[in-house]
Amino acid sequence: MNVKEGQVRIPSGCAIAAVLSRDGARISGERIVRAMGPMHDRSNGLGGGFAGYGIYPAYKDFYALHLFFDCRDTRKACEALLKEGFEIWHAERIPTRKLPAITDEPIIWRYFVSPMPSVLSDLQLDEAEYVVRTVMKINTGLKGAYVFSSGKNMGAFKAVGFPEDVGAYYRLEEYAGYSWTAHGRYPTNTPGWWGGAHPFTLLDWSVVHNGEISSYDANRRYLEMFGYQCHLQTDTEVITYAMDYLLRRQGLTLTEAASVVAAPFWSTIAQKADPAERAAYTYLRTVFSSLLITGPFSIVLGFTGGLMALNDRLKLRSMVVGEKGECVYIASEEAAIRAMEPEAEHIWSPMGGEPVIVRVKEGVAL
Amino acid sequence: MVKNVSGMDFRAVNDVIRAASGACELTGCCGQRFIAAGMSDREIILRGTPGNALGAYLNGASLTVLGNAQDAVGDTMNAGRIVVHGNIGDAAGYAMRGGEILVRGNAGYRAGIHMKAYRDKAPLLVIGGAAGSFLGEYQSGGVIVVLGLDVGEKRIVGNFPCTGMHGGKLYLRSDCADVRFPPQVTARPAGDGDLAEIEKILLDYCAAFGYGMDRIMRSPFTVVTPDTANPYQQMYVAN
Repeated sequence: MNVKEGQVRIPSGCAIAAVLSRDGARISGERIVRAMGPMHDRSNGLGGGFAGYGIYPAYKDFYALHLFFDCRDTRKACEALLKEGFEIWHAERIPTRKLPAITDEPIIWRYFVSPMPSVLSDLQLDEAEYVVRTVMKINTGLKGAYVFSSGKNMGAFKAVGFPEDVGAYYRLEEYAGYSWTAHGRYPTNTPGWWGGAHPFTLLDWSVVHNGEISSYDANRRYLEMFGYQCHLQTDTEVITYAMDYLLRRQGLTLTEAASVVAAPFWSTIAQKADPAERAAYTYLRTVFSSLLITGPFSIVLGFTGGLMALNDRLKLRSMVVGEKGECVYIASEEAAIRAMEPEAEHIWSPMGGEPVIVRVKEGVAL
Repeated sequence: MVKNVSGMDFRAVNDVIRAASGACELTGCCGQRFIAAGMSDREIILRGTPGNALGAYLNGASLTVLGNAQDAVGDTMNAGRIVVHGNIGDAAGYAMRGGEILVRGNAGYRAGIHMKAYRDKAPLLVIGGAAGSFLGEYQSGGVIVVLGLDVGEKRIVGNFPCTGMHGGKLYLRSDCADVRFPPQVTARPAGDGDLAEIEKILLDYCAAFGYGMDRIMRSPFTVVTPDTANPYQQMYVAN
């Protein structure tokens, strides 16, 4: 039997890329797959994945749950569990293409659902929190089932394989979205199972990550207090939950969340000229000290209507940003940006800890 | 010889270079790593975006990039020359011990990290624009010059320059009033002797990019050197 994430920890070079169109124009999934070609050697074939936003316009008001199952019985059990709290508006196998490069496929389904109002009022929970609890319940309690995407009008697609093959496997050229993120995996801590590929998602948040964070356990223990259960031992999972906690539950802005996880050094804070700015950084570092993420990382956080790219404060991983017209491109290497848009302009590298936030313009229908 | 290497992997690209009898020009580079690694007697012009570790272990060859270069250019190079007409990524000149890297634009983080000199070898890294944080980290030899040309209000170096530096020299074309150096280095304004030395170093640079020496030398320079050749002598054990 294959060893899965969570069962063994092997003490990462990876590749990330992203694109967003500020005017909301739909971009084919084919373009983001193309970005991964020049970065092929950054992955080792043990994981690739993508997240697309705006890809399910016909079901945009429903949570799109993407699930892996190990067998038919697990799927039946999971559907029974879902039906206790959700209306299932549509359910289907996620279309895939058989490829020699992609093997050991689980059963892959998607469900477009909405939580039942009666259940929500009974539990006195809002929709999002109920979806989060259901995801945690399935992922930790229902053996053989794993929810790998749970947002509205967005979806993650991931597998064991090289990212170019994973893109072809999921037929991403048949999807179009206003933003995409991508990841090629080179796992160093875990064996590389489908669920451990990136992006890691929760609700609309998705994270692709290149690096290896050394604060994993400190971050994990803190988040467990708030109901987040990290069971895959991969550091990206913890980043995703940290973002959900800071942004959704604590209501921080993206910039504030960035200065929690990639907080400036105390010496850098002391040099800030503006006392209010100094106080704000000090406050965030003090209150959320357990969510400081140390070690090398470059991440792209996807969310409804935008992307945030962020490096660790020492900038131990590379990240490049470029643009052309209304499109913004982010990648581990400039070559990946050129593969998406040969004429990309204003190529620049953000500083360590400096978040780059790009959004679809206000008023554009998503 | 001109060859479009679009879609080729790095081994194939290096085979093209090895097969070329004289100077060669490669167009359509897109992310291929290790281009010209270890090569000693070639003149190569690159168009597009060559990948990481361009000219790693370079041993005398001459590379010209008509665009941007990515990370770790000239990693551990021993001799030769790399001229980059755009910007250069992180860790440029990583552990280089000879030859020169001349950059027209900006450099990313950790330019010149672990640069060293060895016997008659003294590497040179010249950055025309601004350098990112940790410039000259652990530098133990050679010379790094940052000119800050056309960077506007931007500081010419990021945070924490010269961390762990214990050899070699930095010339920064600025009074560096707003730059914080670590305690184990000394930063002082360049004197006449230094300026003459800088001018000598920059002759090739000005020729490569068509800059006038007068314009560059019109600004003050700061010289940074470590206080002692072994600042960490007492840190763990006396040695």
